[in-house]
Amino acid sequence: MSAALLEIEGLTKRFGGVTAVSDCSFAVPEGTVTALVGPNGSGKTTAFNLITGYMRADAGTIRFAGASVRRPNPVSLARHGLTRTFQQARVFPELTLVQNMVAALQQPWRAALQRAVRKHERTRALELLEEFGLARLAGERAGNLSYGQKKLLEFAAVLMADPRLVLLDEPTAGVNPLLVEQIEQRIRDLNARGLTFLLVEHNMNLVMRLSDPVVVLDHGTKLAEGKPDEVRNDPRVLDAYLGG
Amino acid sequence: MSRATAAGLARGAAFAAAAIAFPFVFNAAWIVNIGVLTLMYAALATAWNLFSGYTGYITLGQAAFFGLGAYTLGIVFEHVGIGSGYNPFYALPLVGAGIAIASVPVAWIALRTRHMTFAIVTLTLLFIVQQLAFNLRSLTKGSSGLMLPTPSFPISSYDTPFYLAMLAILLAGLALCWLILRSKLGLMLLAIREDEEKARGLGIRVTGAKLIAWSLMVWLSAMVGGVWAYYLTFIYPESSVDPLVMIGAVLMTFLGGRGTLWGPTIGALVLVPAQQYMITKLGASQLYLVGYSAVFMVVLLLLPRGILPSLRSAIDKQRERRRTHREPIVREEARA
Repeated sequence: MSAALLEIEGLTKRFGGVTAVSDCSFAVPEGTVTALVGPNGSGKTTAFNLITGYMRADAGTIRFAGASVRRPNPVSLARHGLTRTFQQARVFPELTLVQNMVAALQQPWRAALQRAVRKHERTRALELLEEFGLARLAGERAGNLSYGQKKLLEFAAVLMADPRLVLLDEPTAGVNPLLVEQIEQRIRDLNARGLTFLLVEHNMNLVMRLSDPVVVLDHGTKLAEGKPDEVRNDPRVLDAYLGG
Repeated sequence: MSRATAAGLARGAAFAAAAIAFPFVFNAAWIVNIGVLTLMYAALATAWNLFSGYTGYITLGQAAFFGLGAYTLGIVFEHVGIGSGYNPFYALPLVGAGIAIASVPVAWIALRTRHMTFAIVTLTLLFIVQQLAFNLRSLTKGSSGLMLPTPSFPISSYDTPFYLAMLAILLAGLALCWLILRSKLGLMLLAIREDEEKARGLGIRVTGAKLIAWSLMVWLSAMVGGVWAYYLTFIYPESSVDPLVMIGAVLMTFLGGRGTLWGPTIGALVLVPAQQYMITKLGASQLYLVGYSAVFMVVLLLLPRGILPSLRSAIDKQRERRRTHREPIVREEARA
């Protein structure tokens, strides 16, 4: 297995008396599509929020690309190549698709007074939108998109800044089967080009097809970690999540 | 240059030309006086819009910076001497910049809150500045007020220099808004207004962008306050840190359309003359405020998004109707 791009060690988060994530450790090896699965309330999204700096962990360490992330902060993590999507697709509804895409280009301050959307940026945005089958809607307000299309747009937008690791939070939840196929294909293509993914997903068929390794969480702790087949046949996992 | 850019520049040039010509054509003192007030509110509303309209952070503390501008100019007059006639106007950008820079740490803390909390936190700034004006008597002379030297402009056109100064600030504000709206900074601010958490996740430097917009708002507001102080030559805490001034500016922005370029100016052009008319008709009894609120009831009921956005969507609808061979927008998710 290649070196870990993201390493989580002893991650813990308590909300009052509830321990949402408890001494959780796992790694995302570079070049993989790692899946984080588990029953509802097992701490997957909380783990995402801790890793991306949306919440402060009570304990634990996070290492990304070999460097320890002491105070995770979404802005600087994104600018270092660790980016995420949200469980409920989040886009900028009043902006057009192209503006949504270009807003995701992480600009330096000296570019702040340049035109909002420059020619080469529009071209890049349109290329990516084309890959995601959204090019013909490029000038629409993002708020006019269907839910599934918003998920696609959100996914496409995080790619604008050439991230190293993308955290996808339930990329196919509430999305029709055709789109699921399209999202799966996109993940495969991008992964083949070297992009690493960590995804939270409930569609186990998709996870089994796409991911290696699979990390199973239950009650905020890691229950199992390994190849999809191993995990699928692990009695503890069957018991806690997949059912017998 | 694109067609939209050319049209925008032409609109701006036409407005500037008409506004510059106005006090020379209609040179009665009372008309120019209304002009000064209109431009003052237009500039304040434009400044408010630059920050609150674009970022979605509603601030109710703008009058604090208007008052700081007024008092700073007054105090500078007392202690430094910045000449007379037109000279004080040239010092204003510096005075404004000083206040803007000083306000950044305060904003940095205030911006940790959002929505209603931010509105209330910034509202307290207003009362803090007012209390300082009351109590720092060695500097502000407290409630007895601060006198500024009366400028030596000719009586017949006394108001005109102030009119032009207010206009210069308004045009600077409009130019800034125009630049920002078409720039990447504008895209950042709109992203913040739409969904700040999402913007952070994309690596947009939200804090820096908000602080830039905030400082520009403060810079413009303080300069307006400075011109106003020089115009009245007498300032005291209640009038120079007046919540009503700021509420007026905010309501004008809502009337014209917040988040737009011209909305605040249009709102001021409609409301200030109307307000002045009501004051002369209804006297100084503050009954004009009742008329004021009536205007707003009507606006909220008929044009809830403001004049400009309502007009724009009406025009868009008209165009949509005319386009017969328009390709339908496919809202289905999948392309077969």
